[in-house]
Amino acid sequence: MLRLERRPQPSKMWSYLTPLIAVAATMIVGGLLFAALGKPPVEAIKTIFWDPLFGPFASYSRPQLLIKAGPLILIAIGLALGFKAGIWNIGAEGQYIVGAICGAAVALAFYPMDGFFIFPLMILFGGLGGFLWAMIPALLKTRFGTNEILVSLMLVYVAEQLLAAMALGPLKNPEGYGFPGSRNLQQYEAAYNAEIIAGTGMHWGVVAALISVIMAYILLGRHVLGFHIRVTGEAPRAAGFAGVHTGRLVVICLGLSGALAGLAGMFEISGPSGVVSIDFNVGYGFTAIIVAFLGRLHPLGILLAGLLLALTYIGGEMAQMTLNLPSAAIQVFQGMLLFFLLAVDFLTNYRVRIGQKEAV
Amino acid sequence: MDFSAINPVLLIASLMVAATPIMLAAIGELVVEKAGVLNLGVEGMMIVGAVAGFVTAFETGSPILGFIMAAIGGALLSLVFAFLTQFVLANQVASGLALTLFGLGLSALIGQDYVGVKPPPTPKVNFGALADIPVIGPILFGHDLVVYLGLGIVAGTWAFLKYSRAGLILKAVGENHDAAHALGYKVVRVRILAIMFGGACAGLGGAFISLIRVPQWTEGMTAGAGWIALALVVFASWKPWRVLIGAYLYGGITVLQLNAQAAGARIPVEYLSMSPYLITILVLVFMSADRSRAPAALGKIFHASN
Amino acid sequence: MKLTKLLTSAAVALGLAVPAFADEKTKVGFVYVGPVGDGGWTYEHNEGRLAVEEYFGDEVETVYVESVPEGPDAERVMTQMALEGADLIFTTSFGYMDPTINVAAKFPNVKFEHATGYKRADNVSTYSARFYEGRAVQGTIAGRMTKSNIVGYIGSYPIPEVIRGINSAYLHARKVNPDVQFKIIWAFTWFDPAKEADAAKVLIEQGADVILQHTDSTAPQAAAEAAGGVITFGQASDMAEFGPLPRVSSIIDNWAPYYIERTQAVIDGTWTSVDTWDGMDTGMVKIGEISDAVPADVKAEAEAMIAAIASGEYEPFTGPINKQDGSVWLADGETADDGTLAGMNFYVEGLEGTIPQ
Repeated sequence: MLRLERRPQPSKMWSYLTPLIAVAATMIVGGLLFAALGKPPVEAIKTIFWDPLFGPFASYSRPQLLIKAGPLILIAIGLALGFKAGIWNIGAEGQYIVGAICGAAVALAFYPMDGFFIFPLMILFGGLGGFLWAMIPALLKTRFGTNEILVSLMLVYVAEQLLAAMALGPLKNPEGYGFPGSRNLQQYEAAYNAEIIAGTGMHWGVVAALISVIMAYILLGRHVLGFHIRVTGEAPRAAGFAGVHTGRLVVICLGLSGALAGLAGMFEISGPSGVVSIDFNVGYGFTAIIVAFLGRLHPLGILLAGLLLALTYIGGEMAQMTLNLPSAAIQVFQGMLLFFLLAVDFLTNYRVRIGQKEAV
Repeated sequence: MDFSAINPVLLIASLMVAATPIMLAAIGELVVEKAGVLNLGVEGMMIVGAVAGFVTAFETGSPILGFIMAAIGGALLSLVFAFLTQFVLANQVASGLALTLFGLGLSALIGQDYVGVKPPPTPKVNFGALADIPVIGPILFGHDLVVYLGLGIVAGTWAFLKYSRAGLILKAVGENHDAAHALGYKVVRVRILAIMFGGACAGLGGAFISLIRVPQWTEGMTAGAGWIALALVVFASWKPWRVLIGAYLYGGITVLQLNAQAAGARIPVEYLSMSPYLITILVLVFMSADRSRAPAALGKIFHASN
Repeated sequence: MKLTKLLTSAAVALGLAVPAFADEKTKVGFVYVGPVGDGGWTYEHNEGRLAVEEYFGDEVETVYVESVPEGPDAERVMTQMALEGADLIFTTSFGYMDPTINVAAKFPNVKFEHATGYKRADNVSTYSARFYEGRAVQGTIAGRMTKSNIVGYIGSYPIPEVIRGINSAYLHARKVNPDVQFKIIWAFTWFDPAKEADAAKVLIEQGADVILQHTDSTAPQAAAEAAGGVITFGQASDMAEFGPLPRVSSIIDNWAPYYIERTQAVIDGTWTSVDTWDGMDTGMVKIGEISDAVPADVKAEAEAMIAAIASGEYEPFTGPINKQDGSVWLADGETADDGTLAGMNFYVEGLEGTIPQ
């Protein structure tokens, strides 16, 4: 009988090895899937994992990885802080939308004025918008004990309706012939979140994501707030003795994750996306939850997980293009990759033993 | 505006139909969470149920077989989640989200060749003269079998959790798996069965959409119903009858806002469309005076050697 | 095709070193906003792509990417297509407008065709279909056939395209039936079959016996079938499986002739940037078979209208037409200009309610 035995300490070696095993297993099973669909398996795998990084057009797609991963990482870092403390913000998508709307509204209010202060003001309002949207579940939780999972999730749908209303109404481009959607911020220099060095993919949102990784690393390792977060998540009862004020922690964690999600939305709408449109949001807020857990709620892990997921998105598009793979097959492939990453994770914390101690 | 155009009897009959898919998925998830497991993959299991049911019904011509296969399909997919969370002890939140991603892709692959075809009609239950009784007839006796099945599952779940020994064991596992294990209950086995039940119910809910409510197969056709179902479980504070109330409330507001639009209400539509979510939040705030809480072991990983 | 040159210029534009490779085939790319299995908008564009493959055979290679979100993802997919040697790229959603313009500026030798937008460039054409012509036919049939004099209309979002359809259908319904009344529900979603089913049901419960839809799923058809005594029209695709009742006719997006024509132009080297807004005259808008459930005289009337519109004899928006507030929009005999039509954001006189904005 196989059984698992908890390691006294997580294995360093396995924590590095497991992601590689998972990727290898995904390649094999994914290859079988592609073969079953009548596509060349090796070529498909190579297109997904190799071409975006080292293919003939990699100098274009490598910077794109950063653009795709940036918002995922920024949101996931904020979520991870809450998740570590057992505070479940499922509504980052809504905070992302509201941050984007607020940031864009500031820009559009000043259009076409020129001014160095406009972009910083947009950053401020973007973060503030996400923060305030997250304050709704936070305050309802601390004030009435309302479940934050449900409230934050419901507020995603409210935010989506709000976005549609904004794109069709107040923020609509007055020169857009009645079509929905705002002015393109890419064409408004004072508000445009352009690449800092052209062709690198590094816009301010990516920079913010990298800074957030570093800050979260320091916060969790060295700051008393990081200690409070960890102790609340691991031993809620002990947290009280350690001087943790639970209500305040809820407000801080939800507020922080909301602000980061709002920032991500603001950087996206003022840069790569440019337009307040009905379909501005594409699910970064939900995907970031996966990124946070794939990264094991660790800042560096989140960085890598965000990049890995971005790679499968971009590689998946390439495979669709060159091999006519349906996007559904790519989705299944991504799902399998996540399954394998999650499945092999136990090797870090457990040892497999062969013995006849009672089966679980 | 002309409110007289809104017929309350038909409104109630419609909301019962609108509520059925989310109610089915939510009651399944409720049992899963009562066993201490949080499966966020409801949307994925629903859509796989939707396609499994549709394909089966179309190929065999039997909607009943379709619903059976939908339940089996949902349960099979949930086994992937069960393996990840119960055997290799993976994080439940991430596994559930991955399940949704996987299910959406898988269903689209399976359904590729079934776009634009029409499934066989699901016969309504024939109550004869009963259906002609004014008011009560259309509300109680004018529905598809699955609407009644959904009500039956809610009632059955309530009775199971309240009165049966197995239900007590399930709740014990969900409250404190270590204690339940110490008492000799098979924690993992109980949870796997609960997860499969959740998958089967979600599959039925999905098939209700693809075989009765729409009926058609299109990619991503559940359009977020699984997430509403998840919210419903929390809304119901893990009580079966409240799932029913919550589903009817949500379905009711959805149908009512469409009614208000058609009747020409002078409320901006974009705010009307927000109303189901806002009202859910409001009701929740009022209900939070009731301190029913989640199963204590919800989302926690169980390992026998702990 | 001078593919090497094309790639080189792309490489120069992006500052890339690209290995040149020779390729004889003309490569045509398609960017889709939904899955090809959506049974509606994207499905019909993909039918157009398949028609291109069939027509040109080995001469042309097509590539596509489905479910591409609007914004940066679309821009990346288009760029990748251009880098991989596409000669012509169709971008099939309004939200792809700015990305198309951006990418086109980087690849001056690749031709782009953007559906339903209004921004053009030397290498960017726009194309769209006059679906409102089909709505005129639907309105006529609806006005003749309704017994309750209530027509239900399910809209997605209040954008000019949808508003134009409502106005056109209403004007023609009223023309044959002065008592007709429209009830409009905005679903505020592009795609949610269950919500469309609910909306159709609500309209039927409130007395509508004709359902017009500007959403792509067959859910309203099924709701009408279940209710009985209600007629519907197929949208985007024919939805023939719901005929002869409730579906009595349909508007079909038929992109194939345009896609073939434009691909041919690229092969011949005669492609130029144009603004195409075609209707029934070129077959871009097709009216699906009018079923036998429609009385013969109504069918004849509808067919006469189809012929008149297709020949250019009749223009659906011909004055006198007043706006909802009673002010004059078109004087007697005056026809609408394309600019006003393209950005239409008002109801015509007689319609109730306000457009959400």
